[in-house]
Amino acid sequence: MTAGTKLDARTLRRDFPIFEQEIHGRPLAFLDSAASSQKPRQMLEAMDRFYETSYANVHRGVYELAERATAALELSREKVRAFLNAPHAREVIFVRNATEAINLVAYAWGLWNLRPGDVVLVTELEHHSNFVPWQFIAGKTGARLAMIPLDERGELDLSGLDAVGRDGAVRVVATNLVSNSLGTINPVARLASWAHEQGAIFVCDAAQAAPHLRVDVQALGADFVAISGHKMCGPSGVGALWGRSELLLRMDPFLTGGHMISSVRLERTSWGELPHKFEAGTAPMAEAVGLGAAIDYLEAVGLEAIEAHEHELVAYALGRLGEVPGITLYGPPADRRAGIVSFNLEGIHPHDVAQILDLQGVAIRAGHHCCQPLMHRLGVTATNRASFYLYTIPEEIDQLVEGLHTVRKVFA
Amino acid sequence: MSDPAFEQMYREVILDHYKNPRGHGVIEDADAEAEGQNPLCGDEVSIYVAFAEDGETIDEVKFSGRGCAISQAATSMLTEMAQGRTATEVATMDKDELLDEIGIPLTPVRLKCAMLGLTTLKVALHKAKGTPLPEGLAGLDELELT
Repeated sequence: MTAGTKLDARTLRRDFPIFEQEIHGRPLAFLDSAASSQKPRQMLEAMDRFYETSYANVHRGVYELAERATAALELSREKVRAFLNAPHAREVIFVRNATEAINLVAYAWGLWNLRPGDVVLVTELEHHSNFVPWQFIAGKTGARLAMIPLDERGELDLSGLDAVGRDGAVRVVATNLVSNSLGTINPVARLASWAHEQGAIFVCDAAQAAPHLRVDVQALGADFVAISGHKMCGPSGVGALWGRSELLLRMDPFLTGGHMISSVRLERTSWGELPHKFEAGTAPMAEAVGLGAAIDYLEAVGLEAIEAHEHELVAYALGRLGEVPGITLYGPPADRRAGIVSFNLEGIHPHDVAQILDLQGVAIRAGHHCCQPLMHRLGVTATNRASFYLYTIPEEIDQLVEGLHTVRKVFA
Repeated sequence: MSDPAFEQMYREVILDHYKNPRGHGVIEDADAEAEGQNPLCGDEVSIYVAFAEDGETIDEVKFSGRGCAISQAATSMLTEMAQGRTATEVATMDKDELLDEIGIPLTPVRLKCAMLGLTTLKVALHKAKGTPLPEGLAGLDELELT
């Protein structure tokens, strides 16, 4: 399949063993891919193959298996580099997930560079992963945390930016590319260039974007970009941070210990080269191999085809959900969002909605989606969220809508 | 409702307590109060307690806040169960007693919803009377409890 071709979700679905079962006697309608995606057989087999044929610790032994394992890890690094269009593979650091990636930046850059009076600017749409680390480090350094607000449509309101920048104190701008709650696609390239005009670094949480649309770190103009493997057909336990080498080279490590050194004496330890300086301890080797295989899978399907498929599903879902009495839909129009729909049913708590849906084989997320500032803005404590991926078919959305009618009957 | 699974979980008594919660409201100048959060969904509940003249027997429990049917119904039932008991009796009340009253199978995730009211009530009693903290919070006495 070449990029740009329409994808065939029904065929792709056969690559995902999870769908070979029923849940509560119904076909599984899995509408929670924004929390974590399901896994294709190709990725699972790549991890198995690595364990069965090439497993040893990397960057240590000089024997055949260690060489194979090292080559496999570094090949995955190269795949992540190409996937993100990063200039250099040494700028790709394997971490556990996007949260750890952002903590790495907050600690290894923020803790040493922020001063009292500096401003760290996040958005009202942020996942806690790109909010709490900055709030914590701002607290430690005396910097101030400020927030770009949302407009009524659930998109960022940039009208106050110049006022925020007037004092020339903005040092960090941290936003997501795609909101995990509303699916909003944020104007990241514009924010990155504004951040640089302020003399600030720009940190992009792309965890919710990378599975669904092309993330090009150079086109975005970001300084740091974080992704999580588990949201993009890869295994849990591995993610990546891309950072510009000029910045990475000037930073101290985040975690210290094995592997990340060049020499250790009692008096002093000198740090290893990039990326090893930031990869203390034994790497998530098989997980990184799995992430590489997931990238191969996504590239074969085509990111452009995935994005187009999700736009179709969102448009269909917004139309079908609009038929349900008492529903409130949150977020921007279909053409400006990724495959995520958040909603509430009048008078029925999301937990109860999700529970009754589950009994009909429909898996959605109910809660605050790690976005309590956003929930507060929407005036709710929680929402229901249905999210789609390359394997989602319209019948799953039909099953959701049918399920919501049942929910209303139970609570009538 | 034709599916027995729904009936089992959302049985009439749960829906009745959810739609007509007992003890819903605020006690002004309460003798004990606390706020609790369910981190799973961000739901919040505030619990208010008024003691009888002996200062030990619970005269009234009220609650406010938003929540799912399970947490609201469980808290509603709890306000009835706590009335007339002493602070110590409620502080040491086994969670199974409330679960039996709720009478539906709960997954570990939904158990948190069901326990939100009881946990918060125990915190309120701890703050006012120094009774034991609920399971899971024990040992946190040194920390500030909201």
